[in-house]
Amino acid sequence: MVQYSEKVMQHFMTPHNVGEIKDADGRGEIGNPVCGDMMTFYIKVKDNVIEDVKFKTFGCGAAIAVSSMVSDLAIGKTLEEALKITNKDVAKELGGLPKNKMHCSNLGAEALHEAIKDYQNKIKEKQ
Amino acid sequence: MGNLENNRIFFDNASTTRIDDRAYREMLPLFKKHYGNPSSFHSFGEIPEEKMEKARMSVASLIGAEKDEIYFTSCATESNNTALWGIARAHRDKGRHIITSAIEHYSILNPLKEMQREGWEVTLLPVDKYGIVDPHDVKKAIKKNTVLISIMHANNEIGTIQHIKDISDLAKQAGVVMHSDCAATAGIIPLGVNALGIDCCSFSAQQMYGPKGAAAIYLKKGIKMRPIIIGGVQERGRRAGTENVPAIAGFGKACSIAKLEMEDNIKAITVLRDMLTEGILKNIKKVKLNGHPEKRLPGNVHVSFEYIEGESITLLLNSQGVAVSSGSSCASAALKTSHVLNAIGLSPAIANGSILFSLGKYNTEAEIKKTLEVLPSIIEKLRKMSPLS
Ligand code: FES
Repeated sequence: MVQYSEKVMQHFMTPHNVGEIKDADGRGEIGNPVCGDMMTFYIKVKDNVIEDVKFKTFGCGAAIAVSSMVSDLAIGKTLEEALKITNKDVAKELGGLPKNKMHCSNLGAEALHEAIKDYQNKIKEKQ
Repeated sequence: MGNLENNRIFFDNASTTRIDDRAYREMLPLFKKHYGNPSSFHSFGEIPEEKMEKARMSVASLIGAEKDEIYFTSCATESNNTALWGIARAHRDKGRHIITSAIEHYSILNPLKEMQREGWEVTLLPVDKYGIVDPHDVKKAIKKNTVLISIMHANNEIGTIQHIKDISDLAKQAGVVMHSDCAATAGIIPLGVNALGIDCCSFSAQQMYGPKGAAAIYLKKGIKMRPIIIGGVQERGRRAGTENVPAIAGFGKACSIAKLEMEDNIKAITVLRDMLTEGILKNIKKVKLNGHPEKRLPGNVHVSFEYIEGESITLLLNSQGVAVSSGSSCASAALKTSHVLNAIGLSPAIANGSILFSLGKYNTEAEIKKTLEVLPSIIEKLRKMSPLS
């Protein structure tokens, strides 16, 4: 059995911000090429600030904890700040991840970034 | 009371079993009182030797073999390695081709990969969606230079039991040695080497309520096998190294207990297995039973839950004290879906949602009920999180 940090287990057992946003401003979906798992992020944006984040994840304990942590980190940040969130930040905030689970931490930040890019593309189209 | 100690439930009997108290007690005097080396000529070696030979008798009797057709090793992996390398090398003059199946344990598949590097040719037979090897495929695969067929008796993951006799008949006709990995079946279901028609098989104590550290190879009289662990003349030169006498004594005891109590165990465990299977299929939607509906091990409940991933299920069950295993890629160190689930044609997403509950003789009805109580909400919790559902 993999040994997860206490923080990972907390976020896994009671993840924050699970769900969908029906009228989301941006949506990002990422598949994990390593194990075939999936993650979808939804964001709500107001005045360039991420007001709300929701996610859905098909994946291991680490993937779920990562999604929860990324959503926590992103809420309240400007789009520019949120785009700077890296997988390393996420893993660090979670008290580390087992080596063979580092790839799951890539998913979270990437899915968030995809959602932001989706939002930015929509804005561009409108202009 | 069974595995309910500390309220923990052990449904991972396919990985190992709790030792039977009677087998455990059999071992104790051999650590400090009768610690001698069975090979010694002085008096210290006497009782250990005696105990070891008594154990050999019990192991042989469990599978309907002769006492001197049993060779002790340290684990089923060693037995499998010894059988493959040992039999292949002893027959290399005849040819260098070996037949096996795609769903064998890693202790068969990985040594065979190594042997391929050394020039052996290996045919990996497919299985059907239940995990069964078609004897016709075996027949087609046999060539002039085939020296060994190795097909497991039952699969440790999906629990499917093979038509070993049909396959061993073909081996006999072709004059090919037939080995079977019986780690999942020895002491669990009836295993008669003559009824199965096999020349060689491997099994260990720790999967049949014996200790870790003792296992056996059955090698039919007259079948040639070179040793791979070479040194002294222990085990009549077929496996050098001082024997693990306490574990072997525990192994022997576990075998005699299994012989006496197997029938009752099968009945009781099958009832629990069916209760768990039906409970899962009835109370949870979008779940599939893997393996063969009838030809399966008495304690095997292998299911796939759609839309969710096995490691998370395992973690949540563990947080409720229920220990199970998963064939999900996320739950494996190599991040690969179980080769067995690939071979039976499960799509990666479905395979990733698979859980094995392997029941044993210490499990109780109360444990099944408790599991059926906590499982549906665990599955629902994860499905609510899943983008697929
Ligand atoms: S999502 Fe598959 S290993 Fe983490």
